[in-house]
Amino acid sequence: MSRIHDMGGRFGDGAVTPDFGQEPVFKEEWHGRALALTLASGFLGQWTLDEGRHMRESLSPNDYMRFSYYEKWLAGLANLLVEKGVVSRDELENGSTNTAAEALLARVIKAEDVPARLSKGGPTERDVGPKALFAVGDLVKTHPAGNTTVPGGHTRLPIYAGGKTGQIVAIHGNHVFPDTNAHQAGEAPEPLYTVAFKANELWKHPDGPKDLVMLDLWQSYLAPL
Amino acid sequence: MPHDSLDHDHAHSVLPSDPALRVKALETLLVQKGLIDPKTLDAIIDTYENKIGPQNGARLVAKAWSDPDFMAKLMSDATATALELGFYGRQGEHLVAVQNTEAVHNLVVCTLCSCYPWPLLGIPPSWYKSDAYRSRAVREPRKVLAEFGVQLNEDKEVRVWDSTAEIRYLVIPQRPLGTEGWSEDALASIVSRDSMIGTALVEVPQ
Repeated sequence: MSRIHDMGGRFGDGAVTPDFGQEPVFKEEWHGRALALTLASGFLGQWTLDEGRHMRESLSPNDYMRFSYYEKWLAGLANLLVEKGVVSRDELENGSTNTAAEALLARVIKAEDVPARLSKGGPTERDVGPKALFAVGDLVKTHPAGNTTVPGGHTRLPIYAGGKTGQIVAIHGNHVFPDTNAHQAGEAPEPLYTVAFKANELWKHPDGPKDLVMLDLWQSYLAPL
Repeated sequence: MPHDSLDHDHAHSVLPSDPALRVKALETLLVQKGLIDPKTLDAIIDTYENKIGPQNGARLVAKAWSDPDFMAKLMSDATATALELGFYGRQGEHLVAVQNTEAVHNLVVCTLCSCYPWPLLGIPPSWYKSDAYRSRAVREPRKVLAEFGVQLNEDKEVRVWDSTAEIRYLVIPQRPLGTEGWSEDALASIVSRDSMIGTALVEVPQ
């Protein structure tokens, strides 16, 4: 099974429209508001980065394609707020409530804390987890893509790179595994590698014969060759 | 499969159809619940409109061009080296710098969503988040580059970095000829956002 967001290598999307640095950061006022609302809600700590991504990916293909970028964010946010019980569907539909979210009030981010919280970030490297099975220079083969680790799927192995042979070019330590973390199934950190694929391994008619495509892939996605 | 449901069952479908009203409705509700302070939203927007943007990445590149030791550190540990200039944070917790040379041109994309080194470049432009860029950069990078006006020599190797994990990539463009002796400020002024994504080269203004 695939999802609509996994579009690397797809045909038919037309030309890219560069802005050459001229576009404002937020083209519409509501774009900035949607981003800020999503970040501020995220600081309530009710979902992980991976759950947030997965919720956007889980929009119906019809919604995913018709929504603009920040509309996807808004839809993902609304769905998360309801799924996590932060707001009820009735509250969302009515657009108002008389009930404060008492249990979460201590987590609300204040304006003066914004610089510190954004600067702090959320590193995903962990000092636990399995040892690296591969070394720089090793050849590996990716598993077939298709959201197979967890039912319902979330994976960072794109379809275009499934079942392909590549070479390890960097080891980044153990990182939180998105496939489980998106489903509240634990961080399950494991070794993360940069894997180089020859373009002619991925595509029958590559743009340039010597070109490479580099992906960051978790150990679970890889098998020795 | 808790996230999957029939289209009409998705909670978001009860929100107003106009996206600006949709944001307002969500914000109003969350303010009523005590979960959002509108001033917090103003502060987040101000951060990315005025404080964090490609000027950060340009300073890093200019310093690396000017100081070979700094360049060497940046190439071996970009996260720690960017932090020396105070650049660290959300969507830039694990940084890697990739250097353009006579032989290699680097290009960054996120085919699965819109991953981008926020502390160095700010919020990504629309084209970076577009279906066209996400779908085509990995398959036909040279055609995409041509749409940005960048023509690469055929024997140059293109490396496309698909940001599939939490590693964020910054392209270190080639320093153009004719900039010998320039100050870091002068160098930073010609380093464009796109040159640090890999969709532009740095040129000396005519």
